[in-house]
Order: sequence, then structure tokens, then C-alpha cells
Amino acid sequence: MEWEVVIGLEIHAQLATKSKIFSGASTAYGAEANTQACAVDLGLPGVLPVFNEEALRMAVKFGLAIDAEIGLKSVFDRKNYFYPDSPKGYQTTQLHHPIVGMGHIDIELDDGETRRINVTRAHLEEDAGKSVHEGFSGMSGIDLNRAGTPLIEIVSEPELRTAKEAAAYFKKMHSIVTYLGVCDGDLSQGSMRCDCNVSLRPKGQEEFGTRTEIKNVNSFRNVERAINAEIERQMDILEDGGVILQETRLYDADKNETRAMRSKEVENDYRYFPCPDLLPVIIDQDYVDAVKETLPELPDAKKARFENDHGLSATDAAVLAANRDLADFFETAAKIAGDYKLAANWVQGDVSAALNRLEVGINELNITAEQLGRILQLIKDSTLNNGGAKEVFNALVEGKGDDVDGLVDSLGLKQVSDTGAIEEIVAQVLADNPKLVEGYLATPEEKRGKAMGPFIGLTRKAAKGVNPQVVMEVLKKKLEELG
Amino acid sequence: MALDQDQVRKIASLARLQIDDGQIAEYQTNLTNILDLVDQLSAADTDGIDPMAHPLDAVQRLRADVVTEENQRENFQKIAPATEQGHYLVPRVVE
Repeated sequence: MEWEVVIGLEIHAQLATKSKIFSGASTAYGAEANTQACAVDLGLPGVLPVFNEEALRMAVKFGLAIDAEIGLKSVFDRKNYFYPDSPKGYQTTQLHHPIVGMGHIDIELDDGETRRINVTRAHLEEDAGKSVHEGFSGMSGIDLNRAGTPLIEIVSEPELRTAKEAAAYFKKMHSIVTYLGVCDGDLSQGSMRCDCNVSLRPKGQEEFGTRTEIKNVNSFRNVERAINAEIERQMDILEDGGVILQETRLYDADKNETRAMRSKEVENDYRYFPCPDLLPVIIDQDYVDAVKETLPELPDAKKARFENDHGLSATDAAVLAANRDLADFFETAAKIAGDYKLAANWVQGDVSAALNRLEVGINELNITAEQLGRILQLIKDSTLNNGGAKEVFNALVEGKGDDVDGLVDSLGLKQVSDTGAIEEIVAQVLADNPKLVEGYLATPEEKRGKAMGPFIGLTRKAAKGVNPQVVMEVLKKKLEELG
Repeated sequence: MALDQDQVRKIASLARLQIDDGQIAEYQTNLTNILDLVDQLSAADTDGIDPMAHPLDAVQRLRADVVTEENQRENFQKIAPATEQGHYLVPRVVE
């Protein structure tokens, strides 16, 4: 039978506030256990939550970026469940009146097509703490530093049809929230986590099949792999005439398979009700408009501009626009050089290679956009040839200096393009190597191009930075004169 | 609205309350009475009235995004039943 895959994602993104959503405790990552968990986060009796205005502003900013309806009145609800990393016995979240309503984003597929994916909603909620099961002599250790960190949970419509699309969607969301600065996007620290809902139905059937939810997938690659593994598992069961159990599963990246989490004896019943400790959050259109003013140029717009105004290829534009820091670096260098294509080649070539080799982000690289821009300028005005430019680039990356022009001088890379000067050098090379010249003259006409190689090498050795184009021309002329 | 005994057991389980079988009938009656009391609200005409999220006619106050709390772990952990290496200890929970 032919099956249609139905995928919906729930992405949790930690908002990049300094303090927690309902308390004044720090949200900084990596602190010693429980040193950033205050009375509110611990759920001690008598405490009251007070909502963080920055969390609100960031959620609204996100909503505007995905062209969503903004909830002018949003309400916090309690989702009740018992688990030790949530000491209050409930999670404060938004059920019926989320801050962000229906919106959408566009994802690019491999064939260059664009697909619009609708976003059902995004609501504000608090993160839970962390449980550590090893190293506490048969007990579990609870660290509540993360408890109360503001999150937006972004819920997609079940409109994704392949694991690849799901990964593209996750990537695009990552790109958007990091552009906005509302989330640091650090997947390794759990700043963004993804739950994948997967089901299959016979092609043409309208009714959804039974879905499973793969919890807490934390990389683009694993989203794709986990979903594919789950599709395969469900298809095997369905093809054999079996039924899918609605359950929560975990992805094991080592074995590349999903497995069921221990099923709870009683089905979850969260008994949501409006949180009596928090009043409705009311904002007006002026507030929304003011936040709108602060929206930066978003990835889609930047990509279009790179393509249409600066002649970059669709692929180059997409890669460069996907990451805001990289895009800013690229564009600063491009503007200084006055050449977007040259800058694009360098950023995608040498710069990306250096980032991969050193495993660092663009802002940690030992070369600034201004320095790269200067190097490109020197290429454009023929002060540097490509090899010389690479040498300066590498010297900067390796921390051997920070003044581009100084390095060009000290490394003797200044390209000699002056024909007169090059003629002198070439004449000297020819005079110093009479045997080579003899050999060249004995070479039949049609093989002389290749035979010129040693002279080029010798000339460039004699004067680093000679313009190879000019050297070729001069050599050709001089050798022809000789015979 | 009458609760049956299974519903009473489920509510108790969700609330992590242990109740003896002998007590179930009593809880069943008491909880049903409470629901009946609240059910009287259904008689009120609420056409055209927006549901309220809160009894107070007020709006949530916001706080500035500033870290105001200091580390008081030592004080908090004094009243915890068990701690180790800065963690609160609980019976082992693994999913």
C-alpha cells in the first residue's frame, strides 16, 4: 500500500532573557546546581510569580516575524502533573489564549521549491529543572537552575510530509529566532529542542493515522534521522496489519531507532485551569507596532536581496543568509570590497573552511569582516594576487598579526604588476639560466607552452608577489625575441 | 453530577493521595455534593458574557528583566530532606 506521512513539530525555544519568566533568578547556563533557583522557582509556599516584560516582548517579536496574529489578551494556565523537576506540581503555560496565534514560515526544499508551513500557535511557558540519575547512590539528583527559564513552544500544523522537510522547518525556525535574538539557538545546551509527531495514513485517506511523539530531539540531523526511523517502524507494523500505539518515544542516535518511553499506568490528565496567581496579560496595538519597529531584516528578505540586488546565486544567498552573524560578516566585507560575489566566494571558501577546521563560530574567528574586506580590496586593486591574499588571510587566522597592510609588507606579498620591473626580473632569470633557455629554444613550437613552466616558477621565486598574468606575457615576449 | 467510584480513585491517583477503599464512598458523596453546589452556577444566564480568566478585573503587572536574586542555596537546602553535591535528592525516577 502507498502511505502518506504526516509530521508536526513542537519546538521549544528558550528565550534569551537575563532573568526567569516569573522570578529574578539568573538564566545563565552552566552554573553550579541550584545556585540560580530562588524561592519562586522552588515553588515554596507563599511566593508569587511576576511576569518578565522581556519574555513578553520577545514572544511578540517572534510572532510578528512569522506573520502571526498576536494575542492582545493572553492568559496563563496551570498544567498539572507530578515530576520532581517541576516542584510546584504544575507547569505554568498558556492553553486557550496563547500570545502568538496562527502564523507561517516558508521552507526551501532541495529542488529549489519553496513550501509554506503553517504554524498553529506559539505560547509562553516555563522550562522544568533537570534530573540526574547517575552518581547519587540510587537516588535522583534534581537541579532546578533551569526551572522557570522562559520558553516559547512553537507548534506547527501537521503539514510536513517528509523527514527532510521537518529538518528544513526546524532549521528555518532556528534561523528566525537567532536572527531576532530571542533565542541563542545553542542546540548543544538545549536552548532549542524539538518534539516530532509522526503518523502514517493510506494515501488519499483524509483521517489521520495514530501518531507517536518523539521527544526532545536536539539536532537538525537527528530530527531527520529520528523521523525516518519512526516512519520505517510504523510502516513495518502497518504493512504487517498491526496497529500503532499512541505513545511517547525516544530516539537513540547510536542505534538509529526510536523506542517507547515507559508508558504511564494512567493516561495523562493535566487538568488545566487558569493560573490564579497571574492576571491576564493585556497589550495594545501600539505595543505591537512598537515591537514591529525593532524587527531586523529576516532571512528570507536578506536572501532575496543578496540574490536580486547583488547577483548572488540562489544557493550562495541561502547559505549566507541562513545565519545572521555570518550574513553580517559577509556583508560588511562585501561592502568594503565593493564586490559581493568576491566576498561570497571567500566567505564560502576560505572562511568556511577555517570555521570548520577550528570548530568555531564566525565571531570567534581571528579575522574581522573589516580585515577580510581590506584583503579583498587589495585583490581588487591588484596589490595582492590570490595566493598572497590567502597568505595574509591565514596569517590573520593564525593570530600572526592584525594589520592587513602591515602583513602584506612584512610577508613581502605586494604584487608587482609594473611591466618594466617584471621585465628586469625576467631578463635576470633568463640570463642566469642559459641551459634552460637553450632547452626551451630546442623545444618544438607546440610544446613550448608547457616548457615555459620552469621560468614562471623561477620568476615568482625571485620576486614574490609578481602578477602571474604579467609574468606570462613578459616571458612569452622575451622568449620569442630570443628565437 | 454524580461521580462514580472509579473517578474518585482516578482523582486521588492524579493528586497522589492514598485513600482506603473504605473511604471511597464517603469521598464520592462529598465530592459529588461539591460538584452539585458548583453546578448551580449553570443556572445563571451567561449569554454574551466573556469567560473570565481571573476574578479580579485587573491586568498582569510586568517586571523588568533584571537579575535580582542571589544564591541562597544553603538556606533552601537546610529545609530539604536530602541533598548531595548541591542537588535535591528524590527517590530515583527514570523514564
